[in-house]
Amino acid sequence: MYGSDFEDPETVGQPGASALLDEVESAERDLHEAAARTVATGGSTGPGADAALQDYFDAVIAADQKIEPRDWMPGAYRKGLIRQIAQHAHSEIIGMQPEGNWITRAPSLKRKAILLAKVQDEAGHGLYLYAAAETLGSSRDELVELLITGRQKYSSIFNYPTLNWADVGAIGWLVDGAAIVNQVPLCRCSYGPYARAMIRICKEESFHQRQGFEILYTLARGTAAQRQMAQDAVDRWWYPSLAMFGPPDSDSTHSEQSMAWKIKRFSNDDLRQRFVDMCAQQASVLGLSIPDPDLRWNEERGAWDYRQPDYAELFRVIKGDGPCNRQRLRHRRQAHEDGAWVRDAGSAYAAKQAARRAGKRATEQVAAA
Amino acid sequence: MTTVDELLRLGDDALIAAQRLAEWCARGPEMEEDVALANIALDQLGAARLLLSYAGERAGTGTEDDLAFLRDDREFRNCLLVELPNGDFAVTIGKLLFLSVYQLARYDALVDSADDRLAAIAAKVRKESAYHVDHGSLWTVRLGDGTDESHRRMQSAVDELWPYTHELFEENDLRPTWLSTVEPVLAAATLTRPEDGWAPTGGRAGRHTEHLSYLLAEMQVLHRAHPGARW
Repeated sequence: MYGSDFEDPETVGQPGASALLDEVESAERDLHEAAARTVATGGSTGPGADAALQDYFDAVIAADQKIEPRDWMPGAYRKGLIRQIAQHAHSEIIGMQPEGNWITRAPSLKRKAILLAKVQDEAGHGLYLYAAAETLGSSRDELVELLITGRQKYSSIFNYPTLNWADVGAIGWLVDGAAIVNQVPLCRCSYGPYARAMIRICKEESFHQRQGFEILYTLARGTAAQRQMAQDAVDRWWYPSLAMFGPPDSDSTHSEQSMAWKIKRFSNDDLRQRFVDMCAQQASVLGLSIPDPDLRWNEERGAWDYRQPDYAELFRVIKGDGPCNRQRLRHRRQAHEDGAWVRDAGSAYAAKQAARRAGKRATEQVAAA
Repeated sequence: MTTVDELLRLGDDALIAAQRLAEWCARGPEMEEDVALANIALDQLGAARLLLSYAGERAGTGTEDDLAFLRDDREFRNCLLVELPNGDFAVTIGKLLFLSVYQLARYDALVDSADDRLAAIAAKVRKESAYHVDHGSLWTVRLGDGTDESHRRMQSAVDELWPYTHELFEENDLRPTWLSTVEPVLAAATLTRPEDGWAPTGGRAGRHTEHLSYLLAEMQVLHRAHPGARW
């Protein structure tokens, strides 16, 4: 019910947004079609002899079909995917904090409801991503442990603070926008459970991005203080959002193998360019400026020229020295520790119930005998 | 016809309960519970919006936002139970159980109200209340009949909250109905039903605990900082 709670974004006009959603839908269609085809080398029953395992895996990848949990896969493929999916899940869970920071102070009841629903969606995304990672053999408990002990990362963007209400809009527009540009290609990822989770997530993310755009659109047409708030938020979130696409291609360590395995399908720099092109057009609709003096249309390239984010800052934040790294992890750890007695109670109660049922069955059997 | 005060009592209960539940966001004891508590908060917020909009129209006192953000604590008509701090998860579950059983009984009765608009709101909201009762009961039993620690915490929550339940029935005769749901849940949870005694009151007349003013300060701060702005 909250999804249709605000102005139709089509009437606001958000260039480039619907094209991304079309891609999600086309990925979904292709996924169903690919599932119906049989792989050339393996036949319909899958791999036979052990020696054929790698061949079969390669053939599935080449045919743009999906690897499923029970299929053989190279160890590094499995390990890389667990790492990527877990980091994605952690990002959803940690990402609840910066926006959650404004739920209790949202300036209208409608905005409060939309924001609460959005943050709730993020918890849901975290849950199905952890479930996708579990299909590869890592339990959610293990992965959460890796997060709260700082041994696995989450998206660095969430280590920046939300200082005013417009930050909620900027996170929707820029951060969720960058996430969608990053994630739409993952709807075609070669690992089936991840691809399917991404299709579902991208559909919801596109709603999140629209609500962010709409918050900024309203603020930009509001009082002077509201306009200033909106511009301040965009100024602070622009470069960290650009950095979400990762280091430049020349420095990216995981890219090549991921591309070959069709986990990743476009380079960091290609995706970043796509994001800049989309935002440059949308900023003018919003009536807000992007804080980049070098931003201009390049006729020859058919793309916008832009200034790169400060990658040294990105690496500092990844290493743990962003404004909120310690706060975000401490919050997560605290919630986890505070909840331990509740989770213990849940398990203890379930065990008692199971014992009672077993006891009852035993009594019935004795009575029947 | 319903009185505006009655609409405010129902609407403010829902609004303040939503605000407290929203404080749990990203703090739940497990991720599923983050989703569930947010869901219940959204239901309460949805009900509050319907009821406050109606109250504002009836009294000519403005929109749902005028009522939520521009009234002072002495003008709020919610019961004291909902404004009490969340405490630990057991206190939150105790508040949820006691409130939702009361709300379900109220909405069940209001479905037959001569006030068509309120009857329609009640018909929608009582389905949600029924889910809240389930959730609150389930957790009360799990915590009460879980570990020694969870039992101790749940019993202490019930003891601490019980006095505040009397206020819910000052203007109706629903306490027997309420007890007929709550007592079996406490029994299933191996918890002791507290004795009746101290019965703090005042919420319905705008005399609240010290907690409400802080809650409102946080909820209203941004809205009040920008008079007349649209969001």
